[in-house]
Order: sequence, then structure tokens, then C-alpha cells
Amino acid sequence: MKMSTVRLTVNGRRVHVPAGISVAAAIALVGEPFRRSVTGESRAPLCGMGVCFECRVRIDGVAQQRACQRVVNPGMRVETDG
Amino acid sequence: MSGYDLIIVGAGIVGAACADYATAQGMRIAIVEPGVVGGGATAAAMGHLVAMDDDPAELALAHYSLGLWEAFANLPQAEFSRCGTLWVASNDEEFARIPEKIARLAASGVVAERIDARELYRLEPALAPGLAGGMRVANEAVVFPPAVARHGIDQAIARGAVYHQDAVFRLEDHGVLLRGGRRLTGPMLLANGGALPSLLPGLPVRLRKGHLVITDRYPGVIRHQLLELGYADSAHGGDASSVAFNVQPRPTGQILIGSSREYDAIDTDVSMAMIRRMLERSFRFLPQLRELDAIRLWTGFRPVSVDGLPYLGRAPGRDDVWVAAAHEGLGVTTSLGSARVVIDQILGRAPAIDPAPYDPSRVRS
Amino acid sequence: MVDACDIVVVGAGPAGLAAAEAAASQGKRVVLIDSQPRAGGQVWRHDVLHGQPRVATDAIRDVAGNANVTCLEGTQVVAVEPGRLLLQDAQRGFHLAYGALVLATGARELLLPFPGWTLPGVTGAGGLQALAKQGWPLRGKRVLIAGSGPLLLAAAATAQRHGAHVVGIHEQAGASAVHRFAAGLWRWPAKLAQAARLRLELARVPYRTGSIVTAAEGEHGVSGARVRGRQGDERIACDLLAVGYGLLPQVELAQLLGCALEPEGAHARVQVGPWQATSQPRVFAAGEACGIGGLDCARVEGRIAGLAAAGAPVPPTLVQRRDRARAFAASLREHFTVRDDVRGLANGDTTICRCEDVPLGAVRPHADTREAKLATRCGMGACQGRICGSALAELGHGPRGGTRPPLFPVRLATLGEPVLSSVSDTRGYTS
Repeated sequence: MKMSTVRLTVNGRRVHVPAGISVAAAIALVGEPFRRSVTGESRAPLCGMGVCFECRVRIDGVAQQRACQRVVNPGMRVETDG
Repeated sequence: MSGYDLIIVGAGIVGAACADYATAQGMRIAIVEPGVVGGGATAAAMGHLVAMDDDPAELALAHYSLGLWEAFANLPQAEFSRCGTLWVASNDEEFARIPEKIARLAASGVVAERIDARELYRLEPALAPGLAGGMRVANEAVVFPPAVARHGIDQAIARGAVYHQDAVFRLEDHGVLLRGGRRLTGPMLLANGGALPSLLPGLPVRLRKGHLVITDRYPGVIRHQLLELGYADSAHGGDASSVAFNVQPRPTGQILIGSSREYDAIDTDVSMAMIRRMLERSFRFLPQLRELDAIRLWTGFRPVSVDGLPYLGRAPGRDDVWVAAAHEGLGVTTSLGSARVVIDQILGRAPAIDPAPYDPSRVRS
Repeated sequence: MVDACDIVVVGAGPAGLAAAEAAASQGKRVVLIDSQPRAGGQVWRHDVLHGQPRVATDAIRDVAGNANVTCLEGTQVVAVEPGRLLLQDAQRGFHLAYGALVLATGARELLLPFPGWTLPGVTGAGGLQALAKQGWPLRGKRVLIAGSGPLLLAAAATAQRHGAHVVGIHEQAGASAVHRFAAGLWRWPAKLAQAARLRLELARVPYRTGSIVTAAEGEHGVSGARVRGRQGDERIACDLLAVGYGLLPQVELAQLLGCALEPEGAHARVQVGPWQATSQPRVFAAGEACGIGGLDCARVEGRIAGLAAAGAPVPPTLVQRRDRARAFAASLREHFTVRDDVRGLANGDTTICRCEDVPLGAVRPHADTREAKLATRCGMGACQGRICGSALAELGHGPRGGTRPPLFPVRLATLGEPVLSSVSDTRGYTS
């Protein structure tokens, strides 16, 4: 199966990832951190299905988006606070 | 156990303030509370320490209390945050009335300044365009009321107060009978807010339901507690239901959104219709709110007296029963002053402010 | 956009898909909602490398191609009002009125705290499976899987198919419990066949019973796990640690609707009658939300619920199939109960509320969850107490409290200015 790719920016870096993957998977793929907890601990996805809220990132300027619930789109701007 | 100097009924913010002050004055007290400390109306309060100039007696009590609140400014348990208050004028009319408000506040020692539209948007860029300006009370703060209540109870217990996790079944001649069967003897101070009429039917308390919304963390959207100048119309009005613009930046970076008022609501359920009304109003002043996420909605019941002023003083017809209750939306602000006004009277001292406007006996006339 | 809706089905996993198809087959106009970007739920989640099982694509195609069904993916229920739901997708918030409702809200994983569980790279077992299917990079990564139940094997298989090196599967249940469970599988031939396939696929992976992960270790991410087995303690190096203790029903929407719940261990499930009716008129529920029962349960219950919601008769054979499938659920519960020492892994310093960074020690002294919330902020965060609340319930700190709206964090625009959807007309449904 030929996989097409999608171009997006993650923390300012322009990256290419396979189409159809989640934003969470894309962040992991390009090796960026996810988020910091309220006391500054590094966190990453736990549940993979949208209930734990550990995967929250800013997508296209909107904060508090669950990365595991969104599929990558061309031109998406992803920012994490990790 | 019997023979207390005082039995305090209710461990909300008012009861906790009473317990704290009473024990600090050396009284041996019992505290009776069936629920969670600060879990009633206290948990639905915005925690805004605010002086409002609309009623002189209310302002006197608030100003007295605000002075006492300064002692909490550095107490971690209070989560005291001096964000300041900014009253927003929607039009020139409201803007024109600000100097008289400033004068009334100044007469009570509260410092406020009028700011023009330019300064308003410099301070709060997220506000909707077209506002005329506002009144800033820079020194005012917000607290987290359940934590303050808990602290007050902890202080009282550390000084020897006995805490009873129970409800008062009824008042008796020399004390209270608890639902669990125990009797406590001593003078009583009822600080049980909306439940007051269940023990003292002669003191009417209406319940005025309010809704709250809290958002996820979005630090920096607003800096001050923001209210519309028309807020007092909602608070002091007699409408069956009303909303007013009132938002607060929490120290966590979350935004706490109020305020709504409804008489005659019978349950604690969140009304999506009231939420809509309240948010519609908020969007008019702070359009950016639309894009933020709410993570919790909840309700609470403000206890309201016959005239909107709290009952502070001796219960009509009872020598040994006192009241500190029915604070409407100013329970947190005036909790500290209320405690002193009542307990000073119990101790036979003259309170720092004239207690007459809050005398429960006024209900008779 | 449809202009009328008789039945709303919440959740497009196996149960929801079956319900939607059954109701639509009766001529009802159905709206099928799911919060994930694609239909399939968890067990039929679309895998970026391997797609979905044939049975899943068939079920989805049957529904997607059905003129009576509108599928709204990426859409979440956030609140309820009399006769209508408040929904939100990426663009807008809107109301959707219903004549009848089928709740197929599924399950989530029971995630229990242990030292180091907040490290990046520590996930649930089902969590790892979900992440793998959505494209998480696993090739060449060492993965340790632990916890309890058949989900561990499914997760391990998925991870392996995505190129992970599964270094071990550690099942907390003892060998005899696992053998008894396996021995009982003959009653559900499909399950037996599935188990056999998985064992073959995972033949090279060490499988330990009576073994638990006691801690995750690492600096900026997990680098290894401490494991306590029958032979004693050891440290196993890994890049990802997936720990899950089974599933629990997602009942929040049912609770908000006022549906009666009944206990499921330390948790709750939606109480339903023989035709999947809840205690609320015109509200039905099916699948894992009614108790963890697995795929076959979900499919047949979804079908029953869809027929019943449509006012159609339910064939007794369906009910018999459901009862047989539910017996599997009982077997699961019996053999994979969480051990006491697993409940005791977290210490006072272990974070219990991940959203607000509250340690377990701060929460323990409080009599109930509400008091703990006001005093410590535990449960005040974005997950709304789902993770910490379910963990605390399993740890014996009392049941989760009631549910208030919003069901999930929701845009204020959705709450304040919902659009009236053109599917708000409910004419056509009679009970």
C-alpha cells in the first residue's frame, strides 16, 4: 500500500508524516515532546482514545486540543508546550 | 460534651470565620456541620473580595471586612490573588456615573479610579470594542473560598474547638439536639445560610440560584476581575431571573465565569438555558471567550434575606441564639466582618461598625 | 444534512454500528455519532497500516451506504436537554433532537497509579493499541506489556504487527486462573479461535502469569520497568511500557440522562432490561457500557437495541445469543480481578490526579471525592475525574460521584450559541 505524506509544522519545524496518522502519532514520529503538567513534569499520551487529556497541544492556534483525536492535515500548525 | 461558650452551626465561609474569630477570642466552641467544610454556597462563590457602592450598610460591612482580609494576603491557604477589579462601562451614560461611585467608595475608604477607553483596552485588550471606559479598583483580590473556610475551621480546631460532623435536628432551650442524638449545650450561632429557616422559621431566607463556568487554563486572556457596571441591577433587582457579565482570572490561569440569578429554582441541576443566557452576555463583553473550553459547570444557592442585607445579631425572641447568615452574593467578602460584628456583640463589646442595619429583629417590622 | 431524525446512536463501535443498521433497516432515520475521526470504536479502530477487520469494514459500509443513516464522526455529546442532545464537532456546537436514543458509549481502560506511571512512554495496554493503530512509531521499540486480561494479548499482537519488539507480557492473574479462563473458552468458539491465533502470533514473546509491574523508571521518559514475579523482582529495560487492568464501562452520558446504573466491581454499568431498555423512557444502551462483555456481546446487543428503539420486535434467538455472549463477560470478571497488591502499588507521593498533579497522599485523608476535590483539586482538571476517579474507585476510595455537564471540555461558543441543527425535527417516531 503506497502511503502518501502530509506536510505540517510541529513546533516550528516543517515535517512530512504519513497521511492518515493522528497528530499525536506525528508528534511522536518527529520526536517532539508533548506537554508539561501543572508542576512542569513532562507528559505524553496515556490512553490513546481521548479521555486522559495528556496529549493536549495547540493546533492552528487553538489551545487544549487532544492530539490523539485529530488526524494530520496539510499545513497544520502544531505547537506543544513540552 | 456540654457547656460550650458558643455552638456554631454551619462550616461555610461565614461559620468558619466565626469559628476562627471566636476561638481567637478564647471561647470554647463546638462546630456542627453535616456536609463538607465550605461545600455549600461557599463552593459556588466566585471568591471575589469586592466593595460595591450601591447600599451604604452593605458598603460599610464590606469595607470593614476588606480591611480584615488583608491579613490573608500572604496566606497560601487563601490562594489570595490581587488581580484588581475593573468595572466596565458599556456606554457614555454609565461612564458619566462613575465619579459619584468613586466618591461613595472613597467615603468608605475604598480607592477607585475612572479610566477612559484607551486605558481600558490597554489594561484588557481582550474586551469587546465600543466600550466607554471603566472604574478600576486596583487593590481588590480574589480568594478560593473553600480553602479559606477549611483554614478557618482548622485554626479553630487547633485552638480547641470540637467539630461535629452532624446536622442540628432542632434548637432547644439551652442548646441543640443533633440528628445523631447528641445534645450540645451553650449559646448558639447559626451560620447555616440557606438552611437558616429550618431552625428559625421567623427569619425568611430565599434561595437565589447561580451558575458558574470554569474554563481550562488560558493564562493572560484577562488580568482583572471584570464586571459590567450594570451588575448591581442584577444583584439588587427583584427579577425572577437575570444575568450579568462577571469574569475572573484564577491564579491557575483558568477563567471563572458568572453570574446568574434565579429565584424559584428548585434543584441544583445545571440549566443549559441559563448557561446560554449567561454566556451570551459574557460574549458581548469578551468575545474571545467563545473559543475557550469550559471544563466544569456547577450551581449554588445564594441565601437572601428580606432586604438583601445579612442577618447579623441576636435572633428575635431568643436570648441565646445568634445569627450570621443570608449574605446573598457577598458572603465571602463580608464573612470576616460579619463574624466580628456578631461575636463582638456576643462578648458584650461594641462592634467596629453600627450593627443596626443587620439586626435580625428588623424582620418584625 | 438530514431534515428529520428518529433515533440517535451515540458511539460508532460494534454496538453502535449494529444498532444504527438495525434501526435503519426498520425504516427509521438514524444519526450515528462518534467522537473519533473515524467509525469503529476501539476494538475496530482503523489501523493506518492494516485497515480494519473485514467484519468491521462490512459493518461500517452497511451503515455508511444506508440512506437512512447519517454518520457524524469527530462529533461529541457534551450535554443533554429534554428530548435533545448538545453536540460539538471541530467547527460548531449544535442541538440534535431525538425520538429515541441508543447509548453505545463503550469502555475505557482501567489505569491504576504506580510509581513512575506519569513518565512519557507509559501508556495503557489498550492505550498502546490505540496509539499503534493511529500511527505511533513502534518499529524497533522495546515494548513491555502488563496488567490484566485478554486485552494484553491483543495489544501485544498489534504492537508486534507495527514492528515493535515485545519484550514480555506480564499478567497479574496467577497461572491457574488463566488456565481456568482458557479452559472455559470452549463455550465461545470464536473467542477460543481468537485466543489460539494470538498465542501463535505471540509465540516468541515471554508470557508470565502472577507478575506485576511495580514501578516505571526513567529520566525524561520510561527506560525500564520493575517487575515482581513468582521468582522475585527484576528490572526489564523497555522504550514503552503499556499497563492496563482491564476495561470499565463509560456511563457518564447515561448518568447525565438519569439512567439507573448498577455496580460493576468498583465501577458502574448502565442497567438495562432484556431488550436493552434503560430506566429512562426511549433510551436504550448496548455493548460495553452495559458491562464489559466483548465484541460479540456488543454486536448482538447493538442489534437488539436498534430494533427495540425502532419499535420492532426482537427475535428470541437474538436474546439467546446475547445471554450466551454475556456469560463470557462473567468469566472475564471472575478470572481477572485486580489483586490487592496491585492496588497498593501507589504510595503517598505517587500522582493520582494527573491533570492537577495531586499526590495520592493528599487525597487519602478525605472522606469523599467531593471533599477531596475542594481540598486538593483532585478531579478538577480536563479529564473531569475520569482517570483519577476510576482509579480511586478501584483503590477503594469510594465510588465516582454524579455527572454534571459538560461531558467533555466544550467550547464556550457551543454552550452559549449552539446552532439549531436542521436535524432537529423528530416527526415520525412513535414509541
